[in-house]
Amino acid sequence: MLKLNNINKYYNTGTVNEICLFEDFNLSIEEGEFVSVVGSNGSGKTSMLNIICGSIPVDSGTIYIGKENITHMPEFRRLRRIGRVYQNPAMGTCPHMTILENMALADNKGKPFNLRRGTDKKRVDSYRESLKTLGLGLEDKLHVKVGVLSGGQRQAMALLMSAMTPIEFLILDEHTAALDPKTAEVIMELTDQIVKSKHLTTIMVTHNLRYAVDYGSRLLMMHQGQAVMDKAGREKTAVKIEDLLERFNAISVECGN
Amino acid sequence: MTVIMGILEEGLIYAVMALGVYITYKILDFPDLSVDSTFPLGAALTASAILAGVSPALTLILSFLAGALAGCVTGFIHVKLKVRDLLSGIIVMTGLYSLNLRIAGGRANVPIFTQETIFENPFLAEHVPAPLSPYVIVLILFLITLACKVLLDLYLNTRSGYLLRAVGDNEALVTSLAKDKGMVKIIGLALANGFTALAGSVYCQHKGFFEISVGTGTMVIGLASVIMGIQLLTPETGTSPFSSVFKKELRPTTAVIAGSVLYKACISAAISLGLEANDLKLITSILFLIILVVSTERRKKVKTHA
Ligand SMILES: Nc1ncnc2c1ncn2[C@@H]1O[C@H](COP(=O)(O)OP(=O)(O)OP(=O)(O)O)[C@@H](O)[C@H]1O
Ligand SMILES: [Mg+2]
Repeated sequence: MLKLNNINKYYNTGTVNEICLFEDFNLSIEEGEFVSVVGSNGSGKTSMLNIICGSIPVDSGTIYIGKENITHMPEFRRLRRIGRVYQNPAMGTCPHMTILENMALADNKGKPFNLRRGTDKKRVDSYRESLKTLGLGLEDKLHVKVGVLSGGQRQAMALLMSAMTPIEFLILDEHTAALDPKTAEVIMELTDQIVKSKHLTTIMVTHNLRYAVDYGSRLLMMHQGQAVMDKAGREKTAVKIEDLLERFNAISVECGN
Repeated sequence: MTVIMGILEEGLIYAVMALGVYITYKILDFPDLSVDSTFPLGAALTASAILAGVSPALTLILSFLAGALAGCVTGFIHVKLKVRDLLSGIIVMTGLYSLNLRIAGGRANVPIFTQETIFENPFLAEHVPAPLSPYVIVLILFLITLACKVLLDLYLNTRSGYLLRAVGDNEALVTSLAKDKGMVKIIGLALANGFTALAGSVYCQHKGFFEISVGTGTMVIGLASVIMGIQLLTPETGTSPFSSVFKKELRPTTAVIAGSVLYKACISAAISLGLEANDLKLITSILFLIILVVSTERRKKVKTHA
């Protein structure tokens, strides 16, 4: 279980640009839940993920995984049990290393990074198999540097890499935004498959309302650092795209535009 | 012939250091100025150790370790104390200057001409046949450089080496792999400065003395070698003269060694054009500038082609 308690987060503290993003923000996610998060640009979705992963500090409040207080745990320790795909496709892979080397790196997560061979030859076939599931032909380009791949191809690889080793949480930030509609469809299916087969607790930020409605067991709408809609279970199943659109419009009217 | 041998000798000595700079500049993306002081650190330690009766071969390893320690300090200052990369290097460089003098027994110049070195010792005198003796220095240097290169290549293909390459490429991924990127950087800096100090040790034994100012401009020489080697012989896109002839890409570490020899050849050419040895640092910096400008020109061209 993941719990954010009374989170306060300011940006640019002490300057004229100071903004309060989260004020007494609370969120509790049960084990095995698949939360889709929608919300307008700048509503704080990425910031929330950053707070969970420890990429940015909070000004006050506590973060728990189960009974463990991880508020002050450094980011790299938290990411041991978290797989993360960033909004920026460049952040999930190493451009100057080959596809094979990238896969091997991801495969070694959680193992000691010692003086053993970086790429285990015996694993190559299994890398090829999992790349095949993307349907992008990457399995035939194992020795190509990732830097020459397109943003979408990299993002698809980043998803594979993030969930390659045993993890408990999967954190996805618009991981299909850079993909063409067909590939996005494939990756979304793959995501669902990974989440189900590994029983991962998942948070998926998306601007694709259909994905938010079709996938996941819970739906969160963010606005100005607050969860303005939070539906789970049967309530979530009943949500339609039109409902979300209506809510979006209502919000922008409230804001005076 | 002696000119060529001279170029090879100098080039190979500095090649070991250039491998270190390759680690920091190309792999870690960290402009590390501490090499300007770890090169003389190796030299000072070697001179003192040899005078104290330590075996010359052992001084190579001692120098590597001392350099690695200094690299850790630079890394610690940058990673843990959060000082900017360039400044961390400058702090260590400045501080080590005094320490190097201390290691050398308070003297700015320590001759070891009369001592045994890896180039001059009874073993070599006995076992090397006379016709080979003019080449023995180059041969030894070649072996040392080759050993360093092979070890570095092997290391870069280990899990730890993968992580080192990853941290310069994309720090966020290293964090995603649940590894402390700061530690990885420190390891990289340690390795780089280890190589540099090792080169300093070889330099000292080759020249037969330690001199406090030998380190000035080390980073520039290293950078020039790295950029020249990598840019000329292994361009990222398009074809290099090498790859078009041999139908195969050169390993960057090999390119760096070739770059170092090439660079020394340029310096030697400049001197033979009538410039004096006193102008050496000026030549060094101007040549470096030319290399920088030319390499960015090339890159631009590659980009507009693409
Ligand atoms: N490092 C930062 N410094 C200052 N302000 C920031 C920083 N990061 C985010 N913000 C601000 O916090 C707010 C929320 O940003 P965030 O990136 O979380 O939005 P988001 O919901 O992910 O938006 P998008 O849908 O565009 O990705 C924005 O107003 C943004 O300007
Ligand atoms: Mg975002």
